[in-house]
Amino acid sequence: MKPAPFEYVKPSSVDDALTVLTEGADDTQPIAGGQSLTATLNMRLSAPVRLVDLNGLEELRGITDAGGVVRIGALTRYRDLEQSDLVADHLPLIKKTLPLIAHPAIRNRGTLGGSIAFADPAAEMPACVTALNGAIEITGLNGVRKVAAGDFFKGLYETDLQSGELITAIELPKAAPGSRFAIQEFARRHGDYAMAGLVAAAQVDGATVSDIALVFFAMGGTPVAASSAAAKIAGKAIDADAIASAQAALDDDLDPFDDTQCSAAMKKHLARVLTDRVLTELAGG
Amino acid sequence: MSDQVSDQGGLTIHDRPNSYIGRGVPRPNARRLIHGRGTFTDDIKLPRMVHVAYVRSPFAHADILSIDTSAAEAAPGVVAVVTGAEFAKRITPWEGVLTHLQGMRSPPQYPLAVDRARWQGEPVVAVVAETRAQAEDAIELVQIDWKELPAATDMMRAMDADAPVIHPEYGNNLCWERNVDVGDVDAAYASAAAVVEDSFVFSRHTGVTLEPRVIVADYNAGEEKLTVYHATQGPHMIHAILSKHLDLPEHCVRIVCKDVGGAFGIKVHTYGDEIGAAVLSVMLKRPVKFAADRLESFTSDIHARDHRIEGKMAVDKDGRITALEIDDITGIGPYSMYPRSSGIELNQVLNLAGGSYDIGSYRARGRVVFQNKPLMCQYRAVGHPIATMLTEALVEKAAQASGIDVLEFRQRNLMADDDYPRNTVSGVPLEKLSHHAALAKLTGMIDYDGLRKDQAASREKGVYRGIGFASMIEVTSPSPAFYGVGGAPISAQDGTTVRLDAKGNVIVSSSVTEQGQGAESMLAQIAATAVGVDMANVRIITGDTEMTPYGGGTWASRGTGIAGEATVRAGRALREQVLEVAGIMLQSDAGSLDIRAGKIVDADTGNERMDLAEVGRVVYYRGDTLPKDYQAELVATRHYVPKAYPFAFTNGIHCCHLEVDTDTGIVKILGYWVVEDCGTVINPLLVDDQVRGGVVQGIGGALYEECIYSPEGQLLNGNLADYLVPMAFEMPDIEVGHVSTPTADSELGAKGAGEAGTAGAPAAITNAINDALMPLNARLTINPMTPERILNAIGKV
Repeated sequence: MKPAPFEYVKPSSVDDALTVLTEGADDTQPIAGGQSLTATLNMRLSAPVRLVDLNGLEELRGITDAGGVVRIGALTRYRDLEQSDLVADHLPLIKKTLPLIAHPAIRNRGTLGGSIAFADPAAEMPACVTALNGAIEITGLNGVRKVAAGDFFKGLYETDLQSGELITAIELPKAAPGSRFAIQEFARRHGDYAMAGLVAAAQVDGATVSDIALVFFAMGGTPVAASSAAAKIAGKAIDADAIASAQAALDDDLDPFDDTQCSAAMKKHLARVLTDRVLTELAGG
Repeated sequence: MSDQVSDQGGLTIHDRPNSYIGRGVPRPNARRLIHGRGTFTDDIKLPRMVHVAYVRSPFAHADILSIDTSAAEAAPGVVAVVTGAEFAKRITPWEGVLTHLQGMRSPPQYPLAVDRARWQGEPVVAVVAETRAQAEDAIELVQIDWKELPAATDMMRAMDADAPVIHPEYGNNLCWERNVDVGDVDAAYASAAAVVEDSFVFSRHTGVTLEPRVIVADYNAGEEKLTVYHATQGPHMIHAILSKHLDLPEHCVRIVCKDVGGAFGIKVHTYGDEIGAAVLSVMLKRPVKFAADRLESFTSDIHARDHRIEGKMAVDKDGRITALEIDDITGIGPYSMYPRSSGIELNQVLNLAGGSYDIGSYRARGRVVFQNKPLMCQYRAVGHPIATMLTEALVEKAAQASGIDVLEFRQRNLMADDDYPRNTVSGVPLEKLSHHAALAKLTGMIDYDGLRKDQAASREKGVYRGIGFASMIEVTSPSPAFYGVGGAPISAQDGTTVRLDAKGNVIVSSSVTEQGQGAESMLAQIAATAVGVDMANVRIITGDTEMTPYGGGTWASRGTGIAGEATVRAGRALREQVLEVAGIMLQSDAGSLDIRAGKIVDADTGNERMDLAEVGRVVYYRGDTLPKDYQAELVATRHYVPKAYPFAFTNGIHCCHLEVDTDTGIVKILGYWVVEDCGTVINPLLVDDQVRGGVVQGIGGALYEECIYSPEGQLLNGNLADYLVPMAFEMPDIEVGHVSTPTADSELGAKGAGEAGTAGAPAAITNAINDALMPLNARLTINPMTPERILNAIGKV
């Protein structure tokens, strides 16, 4: 379990990093917190010629108030998010989700940008960013572009990120008055990747729900927005009938595959349970 | 007993003043480890040391058509590339059979596959390089032309006529079969009020030691001597094996076992990759290190369990068990592991099933079959969790069929506490057990009526809670009847040498080893008590075949019962030696003196006569002041081997209280209690934590741990993200109580405590889950009980 030999570069500016990444093309791999990549390197599941260590890029760190959105530098670690007042004040879903992500030792190193770029379908953050309709800021030598989270995750470990580009920030809209959020996941052990998980974000006016997003994780190759199920809730109050109709619509939304811990049939069952529990949590405020 | 303090010098270890027996003193070696100053085998760095990594078979069953090592040999840092065929010229093969398991067969095995690989992960080619990373780089350059063969992976089909036969000379895949038939099972069925049955599945899992297997072999051609640093539970066993198979005289082999980071039975076997490092060291005349990485651990450490059992129990109209019948099949990989064999777990299942109960008739068939998966062998609580679960699941089912509460049913059927010595129904002798006292103690710890009321009230709210029990017996402190009688170079005796240094400190060397469980604390407490000094003045030496007496090591819960007793005897012998000298120096009768807290005292009054250091000073520096015809000795060695019984059986009872989320299949343990009887408790802190750690490993087997294989024999979860061991969040509070029935076979009276937790936990958890799910007519008899299997049983998935 020693990685294959690789060259190591630690640039001190984003421009330098992009230059190295562009020159190296597919043979070059950036590393941030290393919580996923280090394991694949050591198991020789990946063997890049060159590793670009992003940890010297101070400009990619930090959480800032950018008006209607909170801007989170890609290199911001989960631990920093846990300690951030801006996150606590404006991103209640993120605050609620952080304790579900692995264990403190992993959160000390793992970065938000790394999680988004790696796009593990069982990870919480891609689903949260999708549910919040966040934007991914991508920088290449040709400039900066922003991609809506819903368009970013393309397939299993496949994203809109192109060779030679880096995620530089994630922008998440601040929670509006009347917005509610819920997340639940079922994992074999505390801190494990979920067998199934669901994030919900909605506006609740009185008892009536609008702007609802239901995004599953560990339910396919990408975060899966359950739009048919969400449509059954929109404009209604969350009650047993609404939940049942949302559950019934899940078959249109979900097509999970087996993993080591859980069959597809089990995942579909858990999706119904999650729908019940998450919507009940959402209704409870 | 244990906390008695007498004013007298004392006749036995239990009468010693200032006794450490029964005291929960902190372990003396913890400080060193917490300071980061432990020396694990991986920390050993020798001049000119090279590293070996192995090309391992990617297939479960395949012929090696050709091997081209030329590119690997030319790679940077590579010192040697050695194939299995070359190893076979330099070492004699081993056979993992015990002669007392009659009819067992297993073919000769070499350290590496020679012309055919028989499991995914079997070592095939050794690559030795200046660094482990270079060795791994060169591994990728070894070219092997494989011809994949059909694999026999499903043990239930291993005996089918069309199954691939792994060793063609045998004609089929049977390694060993044992049958037991006691009483008249069929008559019991005919007259039974109820007969209950279950099919049990115990999935394959493994030990997952935090420290993997590590060896550093250093052959010194100048001395013609092989020194091996090894993370092992049995230094003298591996010493004998290396000497035999490398054809080196025993006195030219030395095994040094420093700190060990968990063992659990994983580190007491003959692994080709470890033996290979020793062969390479002799070949290259330089130190060679092998450290298994985590993937190698999963594919080459021994696996355990993997049993399928049909069980059947008959009860009469009074709710008394009249018969038990089992049919057990277990898959052990392509070879029986050397030298303990892979038949012992099944043998234990057949010996221990029904072992807590008064049962008249018993019939059992056990078959051990070869398959193309890693070797299976003895892991913590060998056979016990299986025997206990099948028995206890049937017991609770029989209780329900009889309309009797599960505790009341046990009270009717457990062996009476005053009915010893006696045998189990399988014929194993028991000295004295305390099932009823343990059950009474347990019911005092749990609020059984309260738990049942809570269960009923919870069910009203759709919350499913269950209470499960497991009575159990545990094999500890085995006599030579376990392995020695079968021809294995495994000692059942242990030895302790105790000597006084010149300043009155006590230096103890013992043949058992410390693997994190506290053996050295136990030895220090006993030695300090037996001699009469403070523990602070005791130094313990273990894990060196040149520095310690000969002995078995640390496995089968034997350290305290056997090495502890040897230490009692050696410590007393040293005390007598010291008092003899002191008597001469003080012109007193040695019999009127004692050693207490490092001082020579008058035994009657406790008045101090002389410091122990003064004895050391006179003997070592001023022997001229002692009588001319007297030679003092301040060192004593004593050995101990159990003879009266084949095993010092212990007993215990577990209770698990849990809640099942019937929508997700997720289990939350709400409470866990254990009462165990290991006889004399030396250190309650260590014993309780042994029990707790054992329960946690039992939780692993019951709920989480499973080596998942594809039909082709590929391991699908060989990493710690996918192979789940319980971690801190999965560990409930575990309350431990004790009943003490010392063995009369030794002065110390201690029996083992290392495996009781693991032995009982899967049964208690399984029973609790089935108790919780009873209103849903769901029943599980498969371990681990994953969320999906629970939902399958309920019928939701």
